[in-house]
Amino acid sequence: MGIIVVEVMLKPEILDPQGQAVASALPRLGFTFAKSVRQGKRFEIEVDGEPTDAQLAEVEKAAHTLLSNPVIENYTVKASN
Amino acid sequence: MRIGVVTFPGSLDDRSALRAIELAGGIAVPLFHAHNDLKEVQAVILPGGFSYGDYLRCGAISRFSPIMESIILAAEHGFPVLGICNGFQILCESHLLPGALTRNADLHFICTDQRVAVENVSTPWTRGYTKGEEIVIPIKNGEGSFQCSDETLAELEDEGRIVLRYVGKNPNGSRNGIAGISNKRGNVVGVMPHPEQAIENLTGPSEDGLNFFASILKEMVSR
Repeated sequence: MGIIVVEVMLKPEILDPQGQAVASALPRLGFTFAKSVRQGKRFEIEVDGEPTDAQLAEVEKAAHTLLSNPVIENYTVKASN
Repeated sequence: MRIGVVTFPGSLDDRSALRAIELAGGIAVPLFHAHNDLKEVQAVILPGGFSYGDYLRCGAISRFSPIMESIILAAEHGFPVLGICNGFQILCESHLLPGALTRNADLHFICTDQRVAVENVSTPWTRGYTKGEEIVIPIKNGEGSFQCSDETLAELEDEGRIVLRYVGKNPNGSRNGIAGISNKRGNVVGVMPHPEQAIENLTGPSEDGLNFFASILKEMVSR
């Protein structure tokens, strides 16, 4: 069984109020390392066998049309083992 | 004058929109997301709510419903479409309108009576207003912050495609206080505030929203 991972992040220029809220909560718990936080989404897509190049290309298309909104988000697609 | 309102799984304001059409003197036609039949309506409204649970992103899954295939095709040929709140989000996801609606800047779900200015009165949905007219209609959303690229923003401003703009404090971090926009042609309009919730003094803050529905009916009659 193989997994194809798609990670979706808001583009750097798009305001991420959720990430900001996490960043401001960290110091309240004593975690002082964070300069800033951005929050995103991760999709794990299970396929039969090792992911093929054709499958990765299909997932790439799906990431562009459905899993992300290219107006505000960037994405990456990779095989995971 | 037949105007359709689409019900998606999770739509909330579909009945209010149907009622607003009738109050304005039109024939309100319920449409269903799973069918691609527009039932010979002359314009369509995508109502507010949380279609398909707003899973993934608001409007992201609704965009691929059978009814949207028909609406996208028709809209590209000048068919009038109004998206209210979740409907606006669906229109952005469908790429019928530019930009996207994102989480409100303060992360709160905002439910309040909002003053907005009607800046573009040349769309079929806003012709009944006077340019710059200030109206009070409710906003109720968690993801109403309009975002787009600098180029798109300049294009919207330069072409006068800002239909509604927040007056006073920007409630949600929308770029340039944008509350509603149109496509280039003007037939597709998306607004975050809810005109269908301001059609009678008994149930809303004003009757200011009724003109959206009166405008489209008048437009249809004069064609």
